Amino acid sequence: MTSFVSLSSAMARGFFRDRTALFFTILFPLMFLVLFGGLFKDAGASKTDILQIGAVPVVDQLPAEAAAGLDQVLAVTRTSDRAAALEEVRKGDKAAAIEQVGGELIVHYSAADAVKSATVRGIVESLVQQANLAAAGVTTPAVTMRTQPVEDQSLKAIQYMTPGLLGWAIATGATFGAALTLVTWRQKKILRRLRLSPVPIASIIGARVAVSIAIAGAQCAMFIGVALLPYFGLQLSDQWWAFIPVMIAGTLAFLSIGLVAGAASKTPEAASAIANLITLPMAFLSGAFFPLDGAPEWLQNLSEFFPLKHLVSSMQDVMVRGESFAVTLPDIGILLGFTLVLAAVAAFLFRWDDA
Amino acid sequence: MHDMSPTIKVEELRKAYGELRAVDGVSFDVQTGEFFGILGPNGAGKTTTLEMMEGLRKPDSGSVTLFGESPWPRNPRLLPRIGVQLQASAFFERLTAREQIRTFASLYGVSARKADEWLAVVGLEDMAGKRNEDLSGGQQQRLSIACALAHGPDLVFLDEPTSGLDPQARRNLWDVLRDISAQGRTVVLTTHYLDEAESLCDRVAIMDHGRILESGPPATLVRDLDAPTRISVETGTITAEAARGLADGLEVSDDGVSLTIATRTPAPVLSALAERDALRGLSVRGATLEDVFLHLTGREYRA
Ligand SMILES: Nc1ncnc2c1ncn2[C@@H]1O[C@H](COP(=O)(O)OP(=O)(O)OP(=O)(O)O)[C@@H](O)[C@H]1O
Ligand SMILES: [Mg+2]
Repeated sequence: MTSFVSLSSAMARGFFRDRTALFFTILFPLMFLVLFGGLFKDAGASKTDILQIGAVPVVDQLPAEAAAGLDQVLAVTRTSDRAAALEEVRKGDKAAAIEQVGGELIVHYSAADAVKSATVRGIVESLVQQANLAAAGVTTPAVTMRTQPVEDQSLKAIQYMTPGLLGWAIATGATFGAALTLVTWRQKKILRRLRLSPVPIASIIGARVAVSIAIAGAQCAMFIGVALLPYFGLQLSDQWWAFIPVMIAGTLAFLSIGLVAGAASKTPEAASAIANLITLPMAFLSGAFFPLDGAPEWLQNLSEFFPLKHLVSSMQDVMVRGESFAVTLPDIGILLGFTLVLAAVAAFLFRWDDA
Repeated sequence: MHDMSPTIKVEELRKAYGELRAVDGVSFDVQTGEFFGILGPNGAGKTTTLEMMEGLRKPDSGSVTLFGESPWPRNPRLLPRIGVQLQASAFFERLTAREQIRTFASLYGVSARKADEWLAVVGLEDMAGKRNEDLSGGQQQRLSIACALAHGPDLVFLDEPTSGLDPQARRNLWDVLRDISAQGRTVVLTTHYLDEAESLCDRVAIMDHGRILESGPPATLVRDLDAPTRISVETGTITAEAARGLADGLEVSDDGVSLTIATRTPAPVLSALAERDALRGLSVRGATLEDVFLHLTGREYRA
């Protein structure tokens, strides 16, 4: 036990005194979050800007609930200057302008952005229908339409990116940490020196596991801390902390990937190359950087084979989608399965010594 | 220890790297409490022999027994009883000297206080807060030795412990090693310094090309060599011609700095030199282990 504690502390000190490692493990992923979090701050929940010329009873008399719903998709600015409003639409500054002349609701839209104008037309049409139904005395219409955008498009970018980039950061940190410790400790003869001491192998591996989990914890704290800043505006679900078990399982899985990379390489350069080769494409193909919903089906199927996909989707589920811990159980099981298999491979490839 | 079996028993040890037979049939015993030295030129197979004894390398054939047990594969019963300083020092990255030795000590259940004491023993207390990357080569070497000794092992393996040390540090280390030996611990060391072996070791083995050429107490080896005494004076004090005429059967050589006369009967040569008042820069050297080494390996030793 003392040997586990002293090795963990030796490893942790070594890590926290290594500026390069600190940068690439903590700061670098955080920069991604800050960069993309800032760039896509308004994306995802992007509202369509329209102008309302004068009074439009259909909109003005919406019940409070419906008005709030409308507010989520349309940003309505009221104006009385008809000419200026139409000019704004013509220039493409606003997606559309609406006005109501008696019983007629007119939508002036620009053809510049077909998607946006279609959105506006669709929404306005449904408003008109609702108003007609109400006028006909149907207060509880037989069929109602509720606009529910596809989830990942409704998740604000920061909501999607925080768990995604965090999952990627944890994966990279655990993989590189384990791979580089193994290789440099072998290359610098520390492993050989440890072999001569009565330290159990379990203590050496246990120390690496403890340090990796601690680093992952630090990454989570930094990421969530930054994303929660009002500027980025992350909103966590009630049970967001339920991501911790899947985070630990993910750390273990990537730590074992790192151990395999480290056991298979002779130099830190080779180990880094292997680790990069594994984690980088996986990040793109696992939905860590951007959603896979639009990706071809074969890719979505393929992603199931990547531990990162399981880590990221489970973290998204509990951190921002409000799912419960139980939802992450299958992913935890899969990640631990990865861990077992890869740890066995690493143990098979393990060498104390270069010679 | 009342049993009579030796602490170390090495029998017909062999290890080849490809075609190269690095260790080629080495056998010896080391008794409990003995100070045993392995000498030999670069590439003689000293480190390879030591590593097989420590359990770091698997012998191709032959056997090693420490305290009656085999060190290969990794033998947890033996590990707490042995202390090893490797030829290439191994340290945790970016730890200070103090953190370094405390970490190693704790692997053996040794307290931090005891570890700090060892830092003082090798004269590194002023360097305690320095990272190992910032220590000089000799300081790293001393730290590595302290790390090997801190847990009070019964058997100590030291691979060229004094290489890279300044003369002062080297003498200090000799004192430390004599102390350890005086406590009844068994020490095996390799060295290129023949004076070191002569001064520390109860017994030495001289190796070359993976074989032991000769072994025994240094004094016995020197006596058995029956080598001539060397008398040197400053070049120019006497001509080589004249020196040869001082007595019969003298071997005279002059390297431009000093003129050396080799003889088995030094007394008459010395008085003849004195008569001629040709004693400037005089030094008289009896046969040493170096002569034995030279005689056996046919090479100058390289420190
Ligand atoms: N890992 C290795 N692979 C291949 N050859 C090796 C290896 N280690 C040592 N050798 C060779 O084995 C021979 C013996 O090496 P060893 O290190 O035992 O010599 P040594 O007596 O300790 O030399 P030195 O005084 O330089 O430390 C050398 O010729 C060396 O080149
Ligand atoms: Mg050597």
